[in-house]
Amino acid sequence: MARLIVDNKQIETDDGVTLLQACLDNEIYIPNLCYLKEMDNPPGSCRLCLVEIDGHSQPITSCTVTVKEGMVIRTDTEHVRRLQRTAFELLLSVHRVDCKNCPANRKCELQRIAKFLHFGLKLVRLDQLERETTVVQDHPCLEYVPTRCVLCGKCVFVCQKKNGQAVLSFAKRGLDTVISFFGEEDKATATCEECYACAEVCPVAALLMKEQ
Amino acid sequence: MKKKTPMDNTAEIEQEAMLHDIASILRTFVKEISNLIPILQMIQEKHHYLSPRALQMVAKHLKMSSSEVYGVATFYNQFRFYPPGKHQIKVCLGTACHVKGGDIILENFERKLEIKVGETTPDREFSIDRVACVGCCALAPVAIIDDTVNGHMAPSKVEGLILGFDIEKEREKREKQQSEAKQ
Repeated sequence: MARLIVDNKQIETDDGVTLLQACLDNEIYIPNLCYLKEMDNPPGSCRLCLVEIDGHSQPITSCTVTVKEGMVIRTDTEHVRRLQRTAFELLLSVHRVDCKNCPANRKCELQRIAKFLHFGLKLVRLDQLERETTVVQDHPCLEYVPTRCVLCGKCVFVCQKKNGQAVLSFAKRGLDTVISFFGEEDKATATCEECYACAEVCPVAALLMKEQ
Repeated sequence: MKKKTPMDNTAEIEQEAMLHDIASILRTFVKEISNLIPILQMIQEKHHYLSPRALQMVAKHLKMSSSEVYGVATFYNQFRFYPPGKHQIKVCLGTACHVKGGDIILENFERKLEIKVGETTPDREFSIDRVACVGCCALAPVAIIDDTVNGHMAPSKVEGLILGFDIEKEREKREKQQSEAKQ
């Protein structure tokens, strides 16, 4: 057992869990996109789960910190919120906002975070990245919408965990980065039809089951 | 089904020969994941590009998933996925060329040849690449075709350059036909 103080509230948690998990378990919400409980080494790539910890001069990603007895944490300082809003804004600049026509509407993680951070889904400071809206249909039973994808990597993680070798993987780099099923078409038909773990874990409906 | 042209056939034979050679390259490498990039480099050095089937062979050899191999290969700019064209077009996107609208020139080539940067036309006549600064910024925007530097590029010049190559090709074809007729 470890006791910590989060936002002036004392919480108790098991040893060895991540700070993010401890907070979520105690109904203290911290925005996050790329974290899953099963991960041994969370990537900390979405830059949303930042918190301030006493003794650290800078905000730090709570998914990469293990709880320690007596930690004092603040999740809602001005500094943290500013970093979270900027990270979120950058994500939105590559995400085609079209909630009305999106299957993830109302259960979308981005909508939840926007509401939590009091941040509109309209871009003010940044421009939208111009991209063609294409749906990738390479896979026999999944479709992929790059303009929705936030590249959190959860799908790659769950696929690897469940099937040993990931059917999908990140491809290309920078703003061109996408999730790709390259060369897995044969294997995919055998394993994917019964799995769909990637589509289930996707927070923004970028990976979808194909309608048969 | 489309009938196979002789062109398709030669391409197929070429592909088979290449895969055969890659198989022998693979045999010289220990099946370790750390060998992935050296293998890809070796294949590209010999065959100038990485074909989808080559990537799948590498994945099988290293017991990795193909998508992972593809992910690694596409991350690095050094790897090509299309055979280089007979005429290689390199559009400069260095700082000076960028400021002078190098991206517009690139877009013009892409539209004219109906391929994207890094790709090759189906007839293997042209391939387009982007390069970062070729050292003659005063001539910006610059495009290099084969070994010729073309300075002060403009959309109209793109049109003219490609047309020049097409005319050249036509002429060669006619000359060849004439010399064949003579024999």
